[in-house]
Amino acid sequence: MAIAETPGHYSSTVTSLPKSPTGIDGFDQVTAGGLPTGRPSLICGGAGCGKTLFAISFLVNGAVRFGEPGVFMSFEESSHELAQNVASLGFDLPGLIEQKKIVLDHVKIERSEIEETGDYDLEGLFIRLGFAIDSIGAKRVVLDTIESLFAGLANQSILRAELRRLFRWLKDKGVTAIITGERGEGTLTRQGLEEYVSDAVILLDHRVTEQISTRRLRIVKYRGSAHGTNEYPFLIDEDGIAVLPVTSMGLTHAASSERISSGIPRLDTMLDGHGYFRGSTVLVSGTAGAGKSSVAAHFLDAACRRGERCLAFVFEESPAQVVRNMRSIGIDLQPWVDRGLLEFHAARPSLHGLEMHLSRMHRAIDRFQPSVVVIDPVSSLLTVAEETDVQATLTRLVDYLKLKGVTALLTSLTHGRSEGEQTDVAISSIVDTWLLLVTLESSGERNRGLYVLKSRGMGHSNQIREFLLTDHGVELVDVYAGPSGVLTGSARLTQEAQERAAVLVQEQELDRKERTLERLRAAFEEAELAALRAKFDAEQADLAIGIDENRSRATRLRTDRHDIAQSRGADAAGSGNGRKQRGKV
Amino acid sequence: MELTDVRASIASPDAEPSRDIQILRLYIAGQTPKSIKAFANLKRICEEHLTGKYRIEVIDLIQNPQLAAGDQILAVPTLVRRLPEPVRRIIGDLSHTERVLVGLDVRPAS
Repeated sequence: MAIAETPGHYSSTVTSLPKSPTGIDGFDQVTAGGLPTGRPSLICGGAGCGKTLFAISFLVNGAVRFGEPGVFMSFEESSHELAQNVASLGFDLPGLIEQKKIVLDHVKIERSEIEETGDYDLEGLFIRLGFAIDSIGAKRVVLDTIESLFAGLANQSILRAELRRLFRWLKDKGVTAIITGERGEGTLTRQGLEEYVSDAVILLDHRVTEQISTRRLRIVKYRGSAHGTNEYPFLIDEDGIAVLPVTSMGLTHAASSERISSGIPRLDTMLDGHGYFRGSTVLVSGTAGAGKSSVAAHFLDAACRRGERCLAFVFEESPAQVVRNMRSIGIDLQPWVDRGLLEFHAARPSLHGLEMHLSRMHRAIDRFQPSVVVIDPVSSLLTVAEETDVQATLTRLVDYLKLKGVTALLTSLTHGRSEGEQTDVAISSIVDTWLLLVTLESSGERNRGLYVLKSRGMGHSNQIREFLLTDHGVELVDVYAGPSGVLTGSARLTQEAQERAAVLVQEQELDRKERTLERLRAAFEEAELAALRAKFDAEQADLAIGIDENRSRATRLRTDRHDIAQSRGADAAGSGNGRKQRGKV
Repeated sequence: MELTDVRASIASPDAEPSRDIQILRLYIAGQTPKSIKAFANLKRICEEHLTGKYRIEVIDLIQNPQLAAGDQILAVPTLVRRLPEPVRRIIGDLSHTERVLVGLDVRPAS
């Protein structure tokens, strides 16, 4: 019901052995069907392990869910006590008795009242049981705990012979029976019932380690069927018994290509422009106060805005505290809580054992059917269990969430000095996207930065961004990366201011130069012009002189010619023919 | 002596409901050698040691299985002394006369 069926190596066993489902979460899965039909099974364990509860769950589920009436023959508790004890689990025994689906028979054995005086047998018991079974057509029987007979009756050999007969009789009757027995020292049961009941033997265990109690279930024997031999943790809470199979999870989940926003736009761009894959798991790790919860809150806010249901498991703050804190960065989660889209589950890690936490989360997820789950922080589970256990638990949880297509965001606290790529809980290899929040210390202040360390299935930025918590949410700002290194915070601001000033100065410098050039050019032009004019004037003068000289020379030449001509006796006319005339002198 | 069915009562001739009368119920499961033996033993013990102050009822659980639960019967045969109080149960075929008497809180007649 709760945990999805996985095609594992259990279901492929070819068993002609029919099984009766117990209806107990996880148990039917671990046994590939339940308890062997028509045979007696032995449930043994110490006091308070949950044997009676297991047995009554088997019976009630049989009556209510599988249509098989049952008989509960109790050798310890009275019917009234039993009904009271299981009422808190929602089992209405008086109602079921009235509907003739269950018969409760309390067998009282007062040793003080009995005197044994010869040969006898336990036919009375058989008649009682037979009558009860026939009265409602029962298919299931519980005998809890038949070892009480050993306390009441002295003749062990008769008793043992009759027990052997009883179990054969039960088989003949064709009922599926549960026999409970107290754990013995070194034996499965104090009275050695395991000799007689050997089709299936289940051992329940209840341990307390470091003040945290854990319950384990182990299938010691299951004839005719392959079964897991591991210990399976189980727990008992107000909903009854639930078993959590550890290794029944195969990697068979589908992978969606849909992308959903992280709630921080700049982060989406760092993630290939679109955000996380739906159904993937995101890890946000960082030191204390780095801002992991804020990233988670953005994610929740964005999902709720899309109308998706969200579940948040918090281990360090109360829901009211979370809501208040997130308001300071401008995220108001209260409306989503009021509308029923967001549900908080808060508990200190030390409240339960690890298994209880896991089971509660399973149940909450089943009931609420969210599409987004936040766990903040997973590293606090380390306070109640060893790292390997926590890792195993988280692996199972992540598998479960992937199977359901739920997108999960986990935050994890890393401790100090060598912060970075070592999470305290080594789940970095299971998650699909890993955001690392670092602190950058410089010149007397600490600033935050965010890296996308990995993100499977998409390209992502490898640049650090400065991570700012403002009153309108998280902002991612480019850092200053220059010759002096990466600067953030006020150093960055200073540097940026300096740069701006430098740029300004340069501009001014440039302006000045330009103006100088202008002046120079103007000056140059003027000078050039002047020089040219002077030259021109000089040439003009020269030219004028030249022309004058030419003219005067020409005049003199003429005069000279005239004189010569006169002296030679030529015509004074100087007509200038120049033609020599013969004969005329 | 044949065992008839439910509540075949055998009372001694001059018995009366009074404090001394032992009301004895013998539960059996059909006519088996054990039951017959038990009944025979019971009769004998009663005649020898209770002379007159007894009333025996025989209840066959096969005929009346529902009485097994009501009277908390496990072993068969079981003899239950209802009155006088305290209620006493004696299981077995009653071959141990002494034990039976101890169980019934009766002093042996001899």
